[in-house]
Amino acid sequence: MNYVGIDIGSTASKVYVIVEAPEGTREFYHVLPTGWNSKETAAGIRSYLNEQGVDVSDENTVTVATGYGRVAVEYADYVITEITCHGRGGRELFGGDCCIIDVGGQDTKVIVMNQGMVSDFLMNDKCSAGTGKFLEVMANRLGVTLEELFALAEQGKKIPISSLCTVFAESEIISYIGGGEPRENIAAGVVDSVVNKVTQLAQKRCSGDRVILTGGLSFSRYFTEQLGQKMGVSIKPREMGRYAGAYGAALIAREKTERKRR
Amino acid sequence: MKQIVYLEEAYQESAGALENEIYTKEFEMELKKNLPEIFEEFAEGRKNAFLNVKKIKDQNKPVIGIFCTYFPQELAVAMDAAVVSLCATSDETIPAAEQDLPKNLCPLIKSSYGFGKTDKCPFFFFSDLVVGETTCDGKKKMYEYLGEFKPVHIMELPNRVSEDGVTLYKNEIIRMKEKLEETFGVTITEEDIRRGIRVKNAERDSLKRLYSVMKADPAPISGMDLLNTLVATTFNFNREGIPAQMDALIEKIQTEGKSQGKKPRILITGCPMGGATTKVVKACEDNGAVVVAYENCSGAKSVEENVDENAADVYEALARKYLNIGCSVMTPNDNRIKLLDKMIDEYKIDGVIDMELQACHTYAIETLRIKRFVNDEKKIPYMNLETDYSQADIGQLNTRIAAFIEML
Repeated sequence: MNYVGIDIGSTASKVYVIVEAPEGTREFYHVLPTGWNSKETAAGIRSYLNEQGVDVSDENTVTVATGYGRVAVEYADYVITEITCHGRGGRELFGGDCCIIDVGGQDTKVIVMNQGMVSDFLMNDKCSAGTGKFLEVMANRLGVTLEELFALAEQGKKIPISSLCTVFAESEIISYIGGGEPRENIAAGVVDSVVNKVTQLAQKRCSGDRVILTGGLSFSRYFTEQLGQKMGVSIKPREMGRYAGAYGAALIAREKTERKRR
Repeated sequence: MKQIVYLEEAYQESAGALENEIYTKEFEMELKKNLPEIFEEFAEGRKNAFLNVKKIKDQNKPVIGIFCTYFPQELAVAMDAAVVSLCATSDETIPAAEQDLPKNLCPLIKSSYGFGKTDKCPFFFFSDLVVGETTCDGKKKMYEYLGEFKPVHIMELPNRVSEDGVTLYKNEIIRMKEKLEETFGVTITEEDIRRGIRVKNAERDSLKRLYSVMKADPAPISGMDLLNTLVATTFNFNREGIPAQMDALIEKIQTEGKSQGKKPRILITGCPMGGATTKVVKACEDNGAVVVAYENCSGAKSVEENVDENAADVYEALARKYLNIGCSVMTPNDNRIKLLDKMIDEYKIDGVIDMELQACHTYAIETLRIKRFVNDEKKIPYMNLETDYSQADIGQLNTRIAAFIEML
């Protein structure tokens, strides 16, 4: 059996595959930019899977689609929201009930897992402050990649940048640039602004110290460290964090299939 | 002139409906129609009411425009006046309102003011008197400007349910009665008010019977049909006819209603609902749940309790009933908790959705208390949603609501 989880986010699309074969279980994953057309992205994922020997139209393949582009995956057997999938994947990565903070490309989610189930969740409002988008815009403005932004930030001294609105924050940065402020300080301010905003949201729901960060920023040692410090908990950087939604979707595909068989 | 042209258009648009004489023959027609057609008609209720309000005016009946359920409609029945709700539910006139009012104000207030200012709403246009209550800060300050171009009467509502509050509101109800007598040149006797109480009690009882059909599991109709019917009924000017109409509808539902199947059962609480915000109900029902109860002022909030028909003092009886409405403008607002407690049990609720309009401070602040009550005491999931009258957040709403339903 093949269990495929597809998470089409606003910025990146993630695929996680569990292949259960007589010779053993194989798992693999893949990330690609979402681009401007989710349907094309879904088709691209389909051909990628074909290359890997997984045919989504095969009855031995069960596909769960999630993320904001989930409805574009026409070949999905199930369409499930990113809250449930991130919850499932995040819990698996963490190893038990926990609070999942997912900083995505266009929104930030806080998901509370209790006895293996989502017991509560919260999403940011319409604004992009406190999301990956904010960092992306600011990194572009400073002419660096996300990785470079974190590296710069680590050497800088945090300067205050409002965490209310991406557009206003961008003009604040332009003033700092005009005033000759070192790039390191601006980078540190930018990251701190996101950390503040994410903490505000997370602390509405997260209690206790079992916290995991997922999404595209979860690889960063600097970002997880800063967020952990602000929240007063320890948060580990994780390479697999960005696959939490796709991983959860694949796990749910397997669980749904097993439940059906019983 | 603009508004006249607009109204003419509205009439022509519904000319077909006009031929059907909906207002006078509504009841007979209904028996011949099947359930989906009836619900279709209720969904169109507001548009039909545009025509009816014109007829009411042609009959020289006074029209009173109101904002909140705190206005004792018994007084209107007592003098044979029609009551129309001016709480607007569309974002059409918000830009006009924002010329005068701040941007970060609740959409209900902005939209209602906008309709008053632009005279785009026939209900506003035909209202001989507009009654506002000192409910939330936004509304009571908006009325000051509304009074510049509409005849506005303000009823002062206390901030808490107390004996002093009852006295205050009782006096306000008497002042309201005197204002109506003076404005329309009528005399409202105590006997008239007692008749008004009987009519409104019977109406409330019948609405309660209607929404109680949703206690059945599976539910016999969709939550959208229920809401449309409840909202449309507020625009039925033949108040005495409502009980018979509701009973006929209930009978239809019992014989023809299609079971909604076993689905997660949602209760919606929070700000008033209708028009643009039915998007929340749609998102619930599109994603596999059924909305079986509304604990808001479009639903049970003001309907559950009746006025004591045997009380010696009619004004005090009215004041007591209306002050018990569990609106978040009251502090503390224990009556909302009491009603939620009862409804969650009676309707076998699986999850509660609390809908707030953007910048509605009292309801937004109260979400914490409601969350604590629903999660900790009723032990079921709770979610609050902030929205406005735009359709821009439908994607987000769908994700949130679908995720909530997956939780149940």
